[in-house]
Amino acid sequence: MKTLKIDELSKNFGTTEVLRKINLEIDEGNFLVLLGPSGCGKSTLLNIIAGLETINEGNVYIDDYNVSKVEPKDRNIAMVFQSYALYPSMNVRENMIFGLKQAKVSKKKIEEQLQKVSKFLQVDALLERKPSQLSGGQRQRVAIGRALVREPRIFLFDEPLSNLDAKLRVEMRREIKKLHQQLKTTVVYVTHDQTEAMSLGTNIAIMNHGVIQQNDTPENIYNKPSNTFVADFIGSPSMNLIKGNLKQSSNQISFVANSSNFEIPINGYDFKEKSNLENKEVYFGIRPEHIFSKKSNEGDFEINLRADLSEYIGHEQIMTFDYENQEVLAKFPSTIKIELSKNTKLYFDLTQISLFDAKTEERI
Amino acid sequence: MQDKIHTSYKQLEQRSKYTNMFLRWFLYLVLILFALYFIFPLYVMIVTSLKTMEEIRQGTLLTWPSGLNFDSWAVAWGGRGYGAGDTFLKPYFWNSIKMVVPAVFFSTFIGAMTGYVLTKWRFKGDQWVFLFLLFGCFIPFQAILLPMARTLGVLGISNSVIGLVLVHTVYGIPFTTLFFRNYYISVPTELVKAARIDGAGFFKIFFKILLPISAPIIVVTVIWQFTQIWNDFLFGSTFSFGEAAPIQVALNNMVLSSTSVKEYNVDMASAIIAGVPTLIVYVLAGKYFIRGLTSGAVKG
Repeated sequence: MKTLKIDELSKNFGTTEVLRKINLEIDEGNFLVLLGPSGCGKSTLLNIIAGLETINEGNVYIDDYNVSKVEPKDRNIAMVFQSYALYPSMNVRENMIFGLKQAKVSKKKIEEQLQKVSKFLQVDALLERKPSQLSGGQRQRVAIGRALVREPRIFLFDEPLSNLDAKLRVEMRREIKKLHQQLKTTVVYVTHDQTEAMSLGTNIAIMNHGVIQQNDTPENIYNKPSNTFVADFIGSPSMNLIKGNLKQSSNQISFVANSSNFEIPINGYDFKEKSNLENKEVYFGIRPEHIFSKKSNEGDFEINLRADLSEYIGHEQIMTFDYENQEVLAKFPSTIKIELSKNTKLYFDLTQISLFDAKTEERI
Repeated sequence: MQDKIHTSYKQLEQRSKYTNMFLRWFLYLVLILFALYFIFPLYVMIVTSLKTMEEIRQGTLLTWPSGLNFDSWAVAWGGRGYGAGDTFLKPYFWNSIKMVVPAVFFSTFIGAMTGYVLTKWRFKGDQWVFLFLLFGCFIPFQAILLPMARTLGVLGISNSVIGLVLVHTVYGIPFTTLFFRNYYISVPTELVKAARIDGAGFFKIFFKILLPISAPIIVVTVIWQFTQIWNDFLFGSTFSFGEAAPIQVALNNMVLSSTSVKEYNVDMASAIIAGVPTLIVYVLAGKYFIRGLTSGAVKG
């Protein structure tokens, strides 16, 4: 039984296609993050799961039951919003029990739930306060509390941390992670922040233009991006994508960058399909953190590049190199000194590279 | 070198001080003149209402009255006590109250409801509905007098307070809707979504979530509607006459129908009585008026 299943779902606003044939499945207790740039449809998808938006095509199943036409309140879900959406005229207590009161739960049960959840989230001292008298972190907690008292099957989070300042955001992120570890409730979480997505999710679905680009574990998303969009979106700075061609001789496959005749051997690469590689136009993808200034592995590939720019950011520095008129970024510890406008020896970790078809932009 | 620089700064400081002082005094002077200009008619009205006709004939507009003589106020409110032709404000004042209270209540309530639907329960073509409602703000009311008179006739409520309540409610809705729509559009829609997930329906969300945070805009709307309806003359004089007339119509009749001499003191007292309720509303709720007009809605 899948806790949540989305089947061939499409959604239009007028003539604008917002979601196109979305398929998703989540197992009990998993933490799925919907990640993507703004306008990719991730919030719409979440609203559809909640029942706040209608569907044009396809279905949503919760516990294998088709809920496509079921009212939000009867879907056994709870949602935490970006603006917290606490009812301004009610105090914390009233905010938290509003849903239970609507559901006509007995007074005794409501009180029990309220005590349990407010202690758990440490808001029991704030019950009589109005939302306007709370700090950002407290509001966040109350909003989560309001979702918790309903004991839902699925938690929906809509960018719950983006209104907080940087420090609080990291704290609340850890709290949400702890919460999930303790409660083991299924979560769907929308964000545009890749750090949040990576640290929280057991699964990440990366979306762009209403289509899921890759739905995988954080490790696979990072190490084996399925197309150039994912490769570019994840990582900071993002993956270097060097344009060039493949060369194949008897038992040797290598990559040659545009307007260069310098070959990088890529025999160890795990191709999906090993045919028709000769002269294929590709992007050679390597993350800045997989370029080193010292040889660290036996298989590292040595290359000489000119340093053009240095960005110092404390614990590390980001260097920009020139590779046949294509920019290549690398991340080094800030203790290393590299002279600008001079050729420097660099080492590519070839076990960490990705190759993409330049036409389809898909991983090969 | 440093001394020289410092002296030149000192000169600059002196100069800006004098300029500021001059501008400040000039500002006060202008403000005082404006204040006098605005208060002058009110002064004349109050002073005249307290004079006897004898004093009015002998003195000038600005002369102080000889004493506090409220006779003309009593006549304006309660009449002279003889039968025919004695017009006084008391019954019409209550007519106006009976008209203005329900009309303000209904137009405000309906406006709040419409504003709520237009912002939080969007539907296909809702912009058009709003556009047509806005159009209602710009219709010259003279243009609808005849159709409205016919409507009231068909409904059997012409020349009645109820008829006036209906007319004022209907023509208040465009304005009240505009006010509430603009207020509710800044209330995060996530509130409504959260309430829907919590299981609240259309009316519950309106009464429990939105109305409790609408105090500023309710005050604005009430003041606006109260002033409009209380001061209305056109609808009052067209759709009612005699007993059913509101106070502004009665005031007009009173001032114009004086038989022999113009009793300026009674006229002035009547005009003040007719204007006092709007003043009271402003004084009681005025500070919320500005706040409500300028406030965005609730943040967070």
